[in-house]
Amino acid sequence: MNSMNKIEIAQDGSTDDYSKTFTINNEDHTLANALRYMIMKNPNVVFCGYTIPHPSEIKVNFKIQTNKKVTALEVLEKGLVDLQEVCKHVLHTYETAVQQFQSQQMEA
Amino acid sequence: MTGKNTKTQEEIVHDLRTRVKLEEYGVENTQSTDYPGTYEHYDDSWDFEKFKKNFKIDIKSYSADKMEMEFDMIGIDASIANSFRRILLAEVPTMAIEKVLIYNNTSVIQDEILAHRLGLIPLKAGPSKFKFKLNPEGDNNEDDTLEYELKVKCKMPKNGNKEDRKSFIDSKVLSSHIKWNPIGNQAEQFKEEDVCPVLGDILVAKMNPGQELDLKLLAVKGIGKDHAKFSPVATAYYRLLTEIVLKTDFYDEQAEKLKSCFSPGVIKIVEDKKKEGRTKAVVDNPRLDTCSRQVYMFDEFKGLVEINKIRDHFLFSIESTGAVTCENLMKESINILMMKTQNLLNEINSKKN
Repeated sequence: MNSMNKIEIAQDGSTDDYSKTFTINNEDHTLANALRYMIMKNPNVVFCGYTIPHPSEIKVNFKIQTNKKVTALEVLEKGLVDLQEVCKHVLHTYETAVQQFQSQQMEA
Repeated sequence: MTGKNTKTQEEIVHDLRTRVKLEEYGVENTQSTDYPGTYEHYDDSWDFEKFKKNFKIDIKSYSADKMEMEFDMIGIDASIANSFRRILLAEVPTMAIEKVLIYNNTSVIQDEILAHRLGLIPLKAGPSKFKFKLNPEGDNNEDDTLEYELKVKCKMPKNGNKEDRKSFIDSKVLSSHIKWNPIGNQAEQFKEEDVCPVLGDILVAKMNPGQELDLKLLAVKGIGKDHAKFSPVATAYYRLLTEIVLKTDFYDEQAEKLKSCFSPGVIKIVEDKKKEGRTKAVVDNPRLDTCSRQVYMFDEFKGLVEINKIRDHFLFSIESTGAVTCENLMKESINILMMKTQNLLNEINSKKN
């Protein structure tokens, strides 16, 4: 688990940087589906999808194809950064909401 | 049909984007389609500022014992809301009994069943104060293991009656019989009530006079993915907010009939201000709706009542098992998703150099 790379580039027959399949080890739908959504929101992406080849192998094959203006790796990176930004904002909003709720309860 | 029953092209597209439809024979339009290129007049490319503007969290209830919480999460895609839910169930760590050393068990319950039952008992111990035990065969350290003892012997009271089970002493082995043995500096760090089982009245085994249990229990930190006993929540789920559209007015008996098609509290009957002496059905609280499609059973309502779900309005409900408070559970869950993205970003960056 530790010696293995978290992310690898799978051999999917593509020869350029615009169409790539990444293998993400030790991840499942939890990360893959959220990431897929963020990447599909990118207007430079022509195709993005993922598959879990076998249920007892904890890995995800994640395919990205772009319109050749940016590379697949850049798109993946942007997707991860965007998803992280979303999480940060959700966390902040949640903390404020809880505080607000608790101060309201105190008053009542 | 009146004019307001026919939808314009824009309204149809808007519905397609934002509503899941509950039709008579099935659920339609379940997938998110808000991607760039799907619709001509919409800019669906990712815009963080737009997301920030639309995103809302509203706490609806939070019990005083911090065990249950309900909140609304509005303006986020199901894929991300689902990640939070999945992490809550399977990836937020807690402490649970992992090893049971059986010195004596003369009760009727078999060793392996007993061990399994003990594993499922929720412990109060705060998982953030412990480390994962990386080597299961390694020594038990103060920072990764909690040790307990369960030593009970069932006795017959003096002059007791064999038939009177209730008079037996310690016939019921409860989770409150579990006693904590501090390892290393744990005695300074914790009190018994910080690490004991959440509830003291969980029945572990039943015994007859003369039978006894003598066990050593070892609890470690783990996640629900590995075993359900490590899951920090009793349930964590979300549902979508229902929207009921009445395309025409329903009066009197028909209003009552409409009301009876939904869960109590969803539809309410009010006096019609315009028409004296008549009552009218209006939607009261759609949160109480349970997606019953009874209304489609009647021809008189067909095409006049629409039941939708709002695609980005999640009604979250979290019930903790007691180790972690609900507010910390959700914070943990968000942090874990953030960590996953950070780990991948770190690896991508390290490969570049």
